[in-house]
Amino acid sequence: MKSLEARMLKKHLGMWLFAGVVLMALLPLPDFWIYQGNYIGIYAITCLGLVLLTGVLGLTSFGQAAFVGVGAYSSAYITLNLGLSPWMSLIIGLALTLISALVIGLITLRMSGHYLPLATIAWGLSLYYLMGNIQALGKYDGLHDIQSLSLAGMDLGQGRWFFVFLWCSLILLIQACSNFLDSRLGRAVRAIKSGTQMPEAMGINTFHCKVMIFCFAALLASFAGWLLAHFQHTVAPSDFGLKMGIQYLFMSVLGGVGYLWGAVIGAGIYKLLDDQLQVLLPLLIGTSGSYEVIVFGIAMVLILKYLPHGIASLMGQVHTTGHHPALWHDAKALPAKVHPHTGETVLMLEKISKTFGGLVAVNGVSFSIKAGEIKGLIGPNGAGKSTTFNLITGLLRVTSGAVSFRGQRIEHLSLREIAHLGVSRTFQHVKMIPEMSVLENIAIGAHRRASAGVLAAVLGRDKEEEMSIYRLAHEQLLRVGLGEYMNEPAGNLPMGPQRLMEIARALCSDPSLLLLDEPAAGLRFQEKNELARVILNLKQEGLSVLLVEHDMDLVMKICDTLVVMEFGNVLVEGTPQEIQNNAQVRAAYLGEEH
Amino acid sequence: MDLSIASILILDGTTNGAIYGLLGLVIVLVFSVTRIIFIPEGEFVAYGALSLSMMQLGKVPGTIGLLLILATLAALMNGFESYQNTKSPGSGGLAFLKTLWPSLLVSALTCLLVPQHPPLWLQALLCVCIVTCFGPLVYRVAFQSLEDASSLVLLIVAVAVHFAMTGLGLLFFGAEGYHNPPFWADAFEWQSLRFSGQTLLIFALSFFLIVALWLFFEKTLRGKALRATAVNRTGVRLVGISSRQSGNLCFTLAAMICAISGLLIGPTTTIFYDSGFLIGLKGFVAAIIAGLYSYPGAMLSAIMVGIIESFGSFWASSFKEVIVFTLILPVLLWRSILGGSHEES
Repeated sequence: MKSLEARMLKKHLGMWLFAGVVLMALLPLPDFWIYQGNYIGIYAITCLGLVLLTGVLGLTSFGQAAFVGVGAYSSAYITLNLGLSPWMSLIIGLALTLISALVIGLITLRMSGHYLPLATIAWGLSLYYLMGNIQALGKYDGLHDIQSLSLAGMDLGQGRWFFVFLWCSLILLIQACSNFLDSRLGRAVRAIKSGTQMPEAMGINTFHCKVMIFCFAALLASFAGWLLAHFQHTVAPSDFGLKMGIQYLFMSVLGGVGYLWGAVIGAGIYKLLDDQLQVLLPLLIGTSGSYEVIVFGIAMVLILKYLPHGIASLMGQVHTTGHHPALWHDAKALPAKVHPHTGETVLMLEKISKTFGGLVAVNGVSFSIKAGEIKGLIGPNGAGKSTTFNLITGLLRVTSGAVSFRGQRIEHLSLREIAHLGVSRTFQHVKMIPEMSVLENIAIGAHRRASAGVLAAVLGRDKEEEMSIYRLAHEQLLRVGLGEYMNEPAGNLPMGPQRLMEIARALCSDPSLLLLDEPAAGLRFQEKNELARVILNLKQEGLSVLLVEHDMDLVMKICDTLVVMEFGNVLVEGTPQEIQNNAQVRAAYLGEEH
Repeated sequence: MDLSIASILILDGTTNGAIYGLLGLVIVLVFSVTRIIFIPEGEFVAYGALSLSMMQLGKVPGTIGLLLILATLAALMNGFESYQNTKSPGSGGLAFLKTLWPSLLVSALTCLLVPQHPPLWLQALLCVCIVTCFGPLVYRVAFQSLEDASSLVLLIVAVAVHFAMTGLGLLFFGAEGYHNPPFWADAFEWQSLRFSGQTLLIFALSFFLIVALWLFFEKTLRGKALRATAVNRTGVRLVGISSRQSGNLCFTLAAMICAISGLLIGPTTTIFYDSGFLIGLKGFVAAIIAGLYSYPGAMLSAIMVGIIESFGSFWASSFKEVIVFTLILPVLLWRSILGGSHEES
């Protein structure tokens, strides 16, 4: 029950942190420290967004300072000119930020990785010059005499009360992010970093996930901007330029983009270092100027070379919450699909073809799979097996022909939609998230069977559904015989169990048809036997399986029927016995006899 | 606005555009060969222009000091690496000297010649040599060991290098701006247009560089090796092309073109230690419009960016940067609609 204790500890950690914040404010520390602490907290909130964006999603933004600016300027302008309270202006500022982040995200996130950072550079620059040239925003002088925040009639000011409010907000936000990452959507987002193909094949809309995280990071920045405006009582464009945007990224990288607390560590070290350098360097050099960028630039190169996971990574491996079956023994089962009866046709290919330019990769292939049937797709290298596989799963579009799944045409559907209908697949090269536990990796497969949204996840209101997901994942884990590896990081598994884990993940989506892409590649003899046992068990449970495989022993042992392909065509179809005795097949594999 | 103003604006925009075009080419070149988004290119431009300003004042530019430090660092890294691989102090020393000598030579020449007030063309040549030496050194010190890192890490390192180089620029050149003398002071009237010698020089040199680059990539083995590296890094290693050497060569070329751009733009506007960034970013916008792969595309879109900028500064001068950098959004939207689908293998 160690994991249960860990969970309790985690729950109490928040309380201790809150107590710590209040204690800090009560201690007779110099006001200057509290003042610095306020800056660190504000920076850390922006960096928290960057941790999600860069560390979790593998994207980045140099424009976070501009979002801070949107939050700060809108609140400053509204409270000064329209006389609304800062709480009203917070909402308006967040809304404006959301709109701009949506525009940038929707435009750039469909494209490959560089376009987002590049667009955010342009966005950061444009907004800086815009703020600096608009009369109503005070041009480069900015806006002054912004009111302090007040809470329940009490002025928070710039000192201790503000400190308590700020740091409690920060702790709550970190808790919220941590809740989110530990949820259904959080796992989906974490899966995207190593590529979109696997999450899409699990029915996850990766584009939505990316836009969501980008917007969330922007909202955090905007909230920080609101705090900054009412803390400093003044806003000026120089706080929100591209230079500051780059520095936010530096803080996050310094702290460690893989860790939520890295945001706080990075912001803290940065702020303290920055203060020292601004005093020391001009003394050293003899004239004043922003020489600290030299140190930051060089430090960043060194950090990325020698400590790529930031300072937080020095503090040892973070404790990942272990899971224990006792947590979900009374969880409700997730809704299941109605599966076809044995003998019903599940998948039907009618004369499908695929050409790449002049090359015909698949040429008029037709075959069908019945419920409870194991079909093997074999043939020499380059025969078009993988292309056929990709055409069925929607990774590629057919040039002509029709693919039907349980009577419904699917050749025009995307990978994600086909997955949702009940076709689940594994990959030739195992695709997983190595640092997540085996159980969590498997739980990704259940994405479309649950429905908890962002809000439920952030507030931790999704626990009931989470337990149902884990119960399901645990069942699949046992089904493929990986019980002992439940809390092990997936990256530590040998090849055989990794492939079984992929099968369990695919099973989590409750498929009617399972597609296995070379499941025995790289397995040892014992592991192959285990794989054969698992596949035969699945057949017993009424599942249909299509597998592409080179291992003839395995194929002949478990398949009901085989389809042999050569040069994009179906050479012959039949039982393993018939195929073994077929002269054409022998010729295709071994060459003609002369 | 009448036709004569419009034509003046177009001429002005095309002149600047030609320089942005060169910088756009550099971005495309560096990105395609090394996957690095060459953010620090603007600093190379500013170093080129400002080193010349220093020489005009009869001073040895501070860039020499940095050059020697960087060269020593890179030479030590190379020497040590070579020693580790071969366990022979001789080959380590050789690698050390091999990295060090170009920078030493250029520094020595500069220190000897500059106090004699050499002619402008010789000063310009020295500047190009100094800045060109920086290229491979920056690659060696900051990027080489990260060859296999993700493009995200490379991008952040590029931004870090930009940061450090800007700060160092402030250290060497101070916060004042400089206006370099034109290389060709004559001017020619045609209709209502006035072509300064500098404008003609910009066109001629841009054209020359583009043709030279084209010849280099099409006709020489080294150029073909660079193109091959751009297409498939693993593949070129298998056929014996060193992707390190490609990176080195690519940064050398890039630094040289940046230095020349700096010299060309120096007489047309006042250059500060941090001016290079904005100039480089406009080349960058052009490169993005061209999708980070097409050389002629980058040149054409750069000229477009130049013209938009000059019209922008005529109509709403304080918003010209906003206009240029907001331009990138509709362009990205258009690229995204055209089919920005992508997938890792």
